Amino acid sequence: MRGINKAFVGVPALIDVDFEVAHGEVHALIGQNGAGKSTLIKVLTGVHTLDAGRIEFDGREVAFSSPHAAQLAGLSTIYQEVNLVPFRSVAENVFLNREPKRFGLIDWGRMNREATAILRRLDLDVDVTRPLYEYSIATQQMTALARALSTKARLVIMDEPTSALAENEVQTLFRVIRQLKSEGISVVFVSHRLDELYAVCDRVTVMRDGRTIEERPMSQISRYELVSKMLGRELAEQLSHRRGGDDEPADGPPVLEAVDLRRGRALDGVSVSIRSGEIVGLAGLLGSGRTETARVIFGADQLDSGTVAVEGKPVQLRSPGDAVRNRIGFSSEDRKTEGIVGQLSVRENLTLALLPHLRRHGIVDRKRQTETVDRFIKAIGIKCSSPEQPIRELSGGNQQKVLLARWLCTDPRLLILDEPTRGIDVGAKRDIQVLIRQLADEGLAVLLISSELEEIIADSNRVVTLRDGRSVAELSGDEITEDAVMQAIATGTGADAGADTGAVADADAAGRAGRTT
Amino acid sequence: MAPDPVGSQVTEPVGGTAAAGTTAPNRLRAARRAPWKVWTQRYGALAALVALFVYNAIDTPFFLTRQSLLFILLRQAAPIAIVAVGMAIVIGTAGIDLSVGSVMAIAGQVGASLVLHGQPFLLAITAALLVSALCGVFNGTLVARYGVQPIIATLILFIAGRGIAQLITNGELQPLANPSFQWIGLARPFGVPAQVIIAFLVAVVASLVMRLTVYGRQVLAVGGNETASRLAGLAAGRVKMLAYVTSAVLAGLVGLITVSATFASDANNTGVGMELDAIAAVAVAGTPLTGGKVTIWGAVVGAVMLKLLQNTLITHGITKEVAQMIEGAVIVAALWLQRQEA
Repeated sequence: MRGINKAFVGVPALIDVDFEVAHGEVHALIGQNGAGKSTLIKVLTGVHTLDAGRIEFDGREVAFSSPHAAQLAGLSTIYQEVNLVPFRSVAENVFLNREPKRFGLIDWGRMNREATAILRRLDLDVDVTRPLYEYSIATQQMTALARALSTKARLVIMDEPTSALAENEVQTLFRVIRQLKSEGISVVFVSHRLDELYAVCDRVTVMRDGRTIEERPMSQISRYELVSKMLGRELAEQLSHRRGGDDEPADGPPVLEAVDLRRGRALDGVSVSIRSGEIVGLAGLLGSGRTETARVIFGADQLDSGTVAVEGKPVQLRSPGDAVRNRIGFSSEDRKTEGIVGQLSVRENLTLALLPHLRRHGIVDRKRQTETVDRFIKAIGIKCSSPEQPIRELSGGNQQKVLLARWLCTDPRLLILDEPTRGIDVGAKRDIQVLIRQLADEGLAVLLISSELEEIIADSNRVVTLRDGRSVAELSGDEITEDAVMQAIATGTGADAGADTGAVADADAAGRAGRTT
Repeated sequence: MAPDPVGSQVTEPVGGTAAAGTTAPNRLRAARRAPWKVWTQRYGALAALVALFVYNAIDTPFFLTRQSLLFILLRQAAPIAIVAVGMAIVIGTAGIDLSVGSVMAIAGQVGASLVLHGQPFLLAITAALLVSALCGVFNGTLVARYGVQPIIATLILFIAGRGIAQLITNGELQPLANPSFQWIGLARPFGVPAQVIIAFLVAVVASLVMRLTVYGRQVLAVGGNETASRLAGLAAGRVKMLAYVTSAVLAGLVGLITVSATFASDANNTGVGMELDAIAAVAVAGTPLTGGKVTIWGAVVGAVMLKLLQNTLITHGITKEVAQMIEGAVIVAALWLQRQEA
């Protein structure tokens, strides 16, 4: 692909993108959310048409009109969520829409035989006549892969194929990928797990802000470089911690002490503690367990193991309601689907969590409700025509302010903010950052999650870094520099490994696996 | 039509109340869309009702007299209106309750059997309503606890409930003549049929609950965005459970009214098709079935309007088949208007 450009209603999504995959090569495509990976894949496979540039496939210039056309030409995509038909048999899924026929009827015998043969090639011995849903996600993914192979694919694109797999299943997938490679089939591998990239990929292309930033052999780029390319920070332009180590944390037990949180494959030992007046940043790549950590602390998901203590007292948070009663607030990263109730007013949205406290004999105390709403609209500077305006009509930044106010009016001790400034304008972003700092200075404990390194570094008193579901490093005060945080994200070592030494050593040993950093 | 006793509704537009309900931002929003559309959407059902009413008042003799057709109409519409009030709340939580007709039959059978076995009238009513509430708990448990889709969850009782009702008396009609029991169905304090008064009180209480109480506001939040509500600490399951229990208890009440008014409890026919009448009444007033909006008076207006439409068509010699087609067309028109709200 050369000089690919693509814009959506005038907003450029891809800018002069170059992307090249050799025969029999496993090529990693990485980048943050919104960097343009998905758009690139969609342009390549004919889901979107491109505005400018050219695509060559096997030496010929092509322009696929649909994913189906791309598939016929030998280009298959396997998506993160397996898109197969769960109630049909494995064999039917492999041959969906291309069933071998005899006299116009499906040749079941041949279909089952061929499906079995293809799956054997993938080291998978299953009864292909059973419905697909009876098998694990890994097997389902293998079926999708078998489907790709049965179309005689020359290039297979895998979009985060490992996110739903268990460790041993990942190993099976890797074995299959290596086998494809030996058969001369190329693979594009999208993943956020650096270990996986180093384990299976030959080359890597890094995308950022709709551009391809770097293309290099995997063996010639260090984890640190990879992370800094992705996050868009050159080593030279260091941005240092804004606050320094000036304030000593408060005495007494931390507001929140979470130890060794585990849940499925998403959380594999996260520990974090937050004191009153402290902003603790949670850094890490996508899929490293940041949001998952927030959700278990808030009781939205249940822990497999691990302990959570609020002000020194161990608590069992079985629902968000429990967390709210412990004066914990949580603002989700997905404002639209997990935050606002669009058709309700600013007033109703703002007081949603407070509502039980506004109850007098079951009836909402309108006077207190109105007072609270007016106070917060003024204090935080929410721009709305009136408190009765439906929240969906507000700008993203103002919606976010309402959601912050929703928690602030409940007088929380701990506020968990997942991407509080994502997708909002610069002015509102500034307001919110200043507000968070102010609140912390007044004694609020804040757990801040952000994909923007800059935000984490500038705002946090301490930074806990997650990697593959583990907390691998903790930095505080002057140690918080871009360099240190990126180092921690990339390799799991911080300037101060502190109490987490054990975990760090493990992750490191697994991570480096015979390479130097 | 009863006037809205409380006056202004603040956040959500009411299906058929006085124009006093509009607040400034609503008017702002309205200005951006074609005004006639907004108006028709909000007051379409009420306007249709008024038009039909005026037409009948002029055209039909006795419509407005004391033994009037008006009371006959309201008496017929009252059961649908009561069930529609419960349905509106369930629909507000983004659910639906198909079991109301069967619950009516169960409640009627339980109440009638107890009276026939010489139990006191109050005990019979209490027991019937308690059994209805249990039906609601069953629906609510499936929906709120096990995450079954409401349409499937309530379909279970829709089918099984009628069987249960028939089992109580082996499907036989139970003739019933008990003066105190008959009161609900036949009495006319101040000349107004008792069931009309009951329907009115139910609607008043329900609209106050929806508007003023914490529970009412939580119904709208859960129906509008359940994930967000849960993450705000709401016990969304409990909110939904209570909605299904309310719907079932109101259906049970109507079951008792029906038995009392017809002098007999008939497990085979009580409440057949009621779920559809109630859903139509809610939908025709512009309440989206996707949840997050509850218009109690809208449901009441919808129920009366559909009944009056039916009666008007039939008294003018239009056959039942054609009348049903016209009713269908009216509902389609209402839904079309609803979709205009983008």
